[in-house]
Amino acid sequence: MTVAIAIALGLLAGVLAGLYGVGGGILFVPTLVLAFGLGQVEAEATSLVAILPTVAAGAWRQHRYGNVRWRAAVVIGLAAIGGVELGVLAAKSLPEQTLQRLFGLFVIGVAAQLAWRTRRVS
Amino acid sequence: MRLVVIGLVAGFFSALFGVGGGIVVVPLLILAADFRERAAMATSLASIGLIAVAGSISYALRGDVHLGYAMLIGLPAALGAVAGTTLQQRLATRALTLSFAGLLTAIGIWMLL
Repeated sequence: MTVAIAIALGLLAGVLAGLYGVGGGILFVPTLVLAFGLGQVEAEATSLVAILPTVAAGAWRQHRYGNVRWRAAVVIGLAAIGGVELGVLAAKSLPEQTLQRLFGLFVIGVAAQLAWRTRRVS
Repeated sequence: MRLVVIGLVAGFFSALFGVGGGIVVVPLLILAADFRERAAMATSLASIGLIAVAGSISYALRGDVHLGYAMLIGLPAALGAVAGTTLQQRLATRALTLSFAGLLTAIGIWMLL
């Protein structure tokens, strides 16, 4: 049963992410915390693995359209390793409750940005 | 040099919140590195792949990754994202986007409390 729910929620999260141009992670983390009871750190760690197939498919498609500037992408990706280590250390040293609240604020910020984007278009 | 700073910031953000970090990379590429929007979105996707691999390895080495959940959610999501991207032209109306923003706000508040 849990398997079916996870697959359904994953599918739904993917559709929403594709529709609204947000990453999957912003939906995966709350799904893992609220529906499957993972801790905030475990949910974030698992979300990073879960976004890989979606990102790989998207990057492959953009590569075929010729839109990707690979040199820049690789420089950013390599430089990110330092930031990633700091981010992991920060996430693991904060109390989980605090991290979860920060994540909540982040989600609300993304929502505000989405809403603002619709205003600008219309 | 600017790209290195963008990478450091994006990596920190991505690992701290368990997200790809496109919301940070795309605007930074446009504002700080003179990318056009389409190239910024495409390049951000490629760099996010690398960032997420780094974050996944770092967390996995510390034993925090639930691989089963990651696959159960991540593989269907990749299919869903293809469908969502295809439907975008028809369905991404203002009202629907605002209701999605409302859903995200509700999730955010739930996690805050």
